[in-house]
Amino acid sequence: MSLLEVADLRVSFPGRGWRAKRVEVLHGVSLDVSHGETLGLVGESGSGKTTIGRAVLGLVKPSGGEITFGGETITHLSARDRRRLAKDIQVVFQDPYTSLNPSLTVGDILAEPLVVQGATAKDARARVRTLLDQVGLPADAAERLPREFSGGQRQRVAIARALAPEPKLIVCDEPVSALDLSTQERVLDLFIDIQRSTGVAYLFVSHDLSVVRHISHRVAVLYRGDLVETGQAAQVTSAPEHSYSQRLLLAAPVADPILQRERREERRRLAAA
Amino acid sequence: MEAMTAPSTEHILAIEDAAATSRIPIWKRLLKDPQAVVTAGILVIIFLLGILTPFLTQHGPNDADLSMVNAPVGTPGYLLGADETGRDIWTRLLHSINTAAISAIIGAGVALVVGVIAGLIGGYFGAVTRASTEWIFNLVMTFPGILLLIILMPVTGGDYRFTMLIFGVLLSPGIYRIVRNLVVGVKNELFVDAARVSGLGNLRILRRHVLFVVRGPIIIAAAFMAGSAIAVQSGLAFLGVGSLEIPSFGAMIASGFRNLYIAPTQFLWPSLLLGVITASLVLLGNALRDTLEGSKPTPVKVGIGQKVAPGNDVKARDASALLEVTDLGIAYRGPSGQPREVVRGVSLSVARGEVVGVVGESGSGKTQTAFATLGVLPAEAIITRGSILFDGKELVGLTDARMRPLRGKEIAYIPQEPMSNLDPSYRVGSQLVEGVRSALGVSKKEAKERVLALLERCGINDPHRTFDSYPHQISGGMAQRVLIAGAVASRPRLLIADEPTTALDVTVQAEILDLLRDLQSELDMAMLLVTHNFGVVADICDRIVVMQNGAVVEEGPAIEIFQNPQDEYTRMLLGAILDESAVRADPPAAALAEGVLQ
Repeated sequence: MSLLEVADLRVSFPGRGWRAKRVEVLHGVSLDVSHGETLGLVGESGSGKTTIGRAVLGLVKPSGGEITFGGETITHLSARDRRRLAKDIQVVFQDPYTSLNPSLTVGDILAEPLVVQGATAKDARARVRTLLDQVGLPADAAERLPREFSGGQRQRVAIARALAPEPKLIVCDEPVSALDLSTQERVLDLFIDIQRSTGVAYLFVSHDLSVVRHISHRVAVLYRGDLVETGQAAQVTSAPEHSYSQRLLLAAPVADPILQRERREERRRLAAA
Repeated sequence: MEAMTAPSTEHILAIEDAAATSRIPIWKRLLKDPQAVVTAGILVIIFLLGILTPFLTQHGPNDADLSMVNAPVGTPGYLLGADETGRDIWTRLLHSINTAAISAIIGAGVALVVGVIAGLIGGYFGAVTRASTEWIFNLVMTFPGILLLIILMPVTGGDYRFTMLIFGVLLSPGIYRIVRNLVVGVKNELFVDAARVSGLGNLRILRRHVLFVVRGPIIIAAAFMAGSAIAVQSGLAFLGVGSLEIPSFGAMIASGFRNLYIAPTQFLWPSLLLGVITASLVLLGNALRDTLEGSKPTPVKVGIGQKVAPGNDVKARDASALLEVTDLGIAYRGPSGQPREVVRGVSLSVARGEVVGVVGESGSGKTQTAFATLGVLPAEAIITRGSILFDGKELVGLTDARMRPLRGKEIAYIPQEPMSNLDPSYRVGSQLVEGVRSALGVSKKEAKERVLALLERCGINDPHRTFDSYPHQISGGMAQRVLIAGAVASRPRLLIADEPTTALDVTVQAEILDLLRDLQSELDMAMLLVTHNFGVVADICDRIVVMQNGAVVEEGPAIEIFQNPQDEYTRMLLGAILDESAVRADPPAAALAEGVLQ
């Protein structure tokens, strides 16, 4: 049985202006994530990939369809039930500069979800030390403010916060796209290491095919609110079947002038056809 | 445009400066501000005198001694003299301080409690809640304040404390608006979403995450409101509204006013003290604002061009290239005032018709180098050394007036975020026409024809429609095409593109790169492309300059750098690229567990 099942999910937002029609951004998306698995969700801006993640987190209300987590329907939970679920579903956001409260110390940021779940201050402190160690930050990081850290380090803090309650699923919303190239690779490897040691599942949202290829077991391609292709990571990201996935693959430039020239010509042939 | 833009060097410096000052607690920073220290000191002394009144006086505030009527200053037992009914002015002054303090506490306190609570609720919860709080506070704002306080006198029974309570409610819309606006801004921040996902209740989120962030402006507003509560209480007392038993500055000024020709000093003392108190509160509020909300930006001198450190006499290496940058240094002043170099001796050259890619991570100084060439470094930046030769002409030290004919005509620019470079309140077409006319000096009609032709050339299917659109009506990719059309309108010899595709989707990025490549060969224009993406460099560049921490670590033909990188850092960067071979191979953890069980 899958850990997370999303069936025929629809989300619409109010249109602009008075009595404007609602705009549907997801037109019935179905996907599932198993225990300990990474499902990569790739698409361009406006494809609705972030909205799927936010619906799973309960930050937007679906207008149709069903979300099931561990056998329990969580589509329309009450605020109290949602808080109980916080132990199992966590998040890492894209922007490490705004996802941490600038006026709290790293230690307070990490301890807060634990204290809310009923841990004592002493237990929370001990757990914070373990978490900082787990994401490769020094122990004295707990006393410092987020603004004293670089983007990559802040994203490590955000990962530690997500890991704090030992969740079963982490929704990762473009967690490495704001980072420098070398930092990006190290943070991705950290995600993989944590998954191997804890068995947490990831719903990994990204616009970057190479990032998704690096971390995902399976990949789903989203285009304008519809799922166009789902399959094993190697197959979808290297030899896609749907024409949009092919376009996406050929549009991403490779870091080699000669290979890139070939790819460019291939892309033009596909566009002309 | 979901793709993130890499933080710029300025941004990183700002963060480092903020980090350096953040380690100093607010009260320590306030102690360094003479305005804060002096005004707070004055207020503390005055209100301390008020508290110590019983020990400093021999009379009651309303003890009248008819033998002392209008006693002069210095009369034994009557230090500052006595008023028209023989009451000790010194005693009444000290009691008035207490009246003022209580007025300030009640007035500002009520306004704070009502305004902050309603602002948090109205800002954080949904549209219906906000509509109702908004309506109530708009209604309160329409009340004519002073008039209402006078009319309500029979209800308050003349007690100034009740009056101040009502005045606090009348002041609260100001606080409500500040808090509501701040909360609306903060509640969509990702850290509030993260707190919700962490399972925090609304109350805790409001208290810990929202209130904490908005506390600065509230403290500032409180200082100003305290001053205004004291002023209103005194004003009402001066008019004779309220109980005559209560000693207050207003009542004393009124009494002194009546005796102005008999004993002018009676008028002086309360006016002086009231003035000092309100002025101190306002100045303290200003000092608090400077400390809590960061200091004012550096004033900009218009027209002098980029700042250049004195004693710069670097000779250019070679004048044959189109652009020749030699030993360029750029510095910013840190919080201590010491300049810090962010570009440290960069040399690079761009030949005519050549495409050069400047690659590096955030903070490498690549954008600063490009900005210096364009002459658009921010006012805080100083060029410490070096030379920038464009077509044999020195650009370092040029005034704006002499830079302007080059910029936009000979040297064009494409920014990272196309949307923020279009003015949202003008149509796309009129912005382009304005640029073309100032660069080429042609008629309006001819400029429009050129712009339409260029838009079509830049791959816009319906140029007339785009010409008549506002920026928010077109997509990010379309906006970048518009800016490219504007940049190449004057047939520039050098195009500087700063991460031109970073904010765009990959499929759009590929099209924009195609367009740039075609235009480059068509116009035989040189290009300086600043980027962090090696794929983009591989696609379009002839030569590469790799930068790290403000210095060039390696440069050479693109093919050579990709196939045989010499520098350690370049090798590390190329190694960090996630290429097609990097497919995840290990099975999911759950599948592993099941396999073991079987």
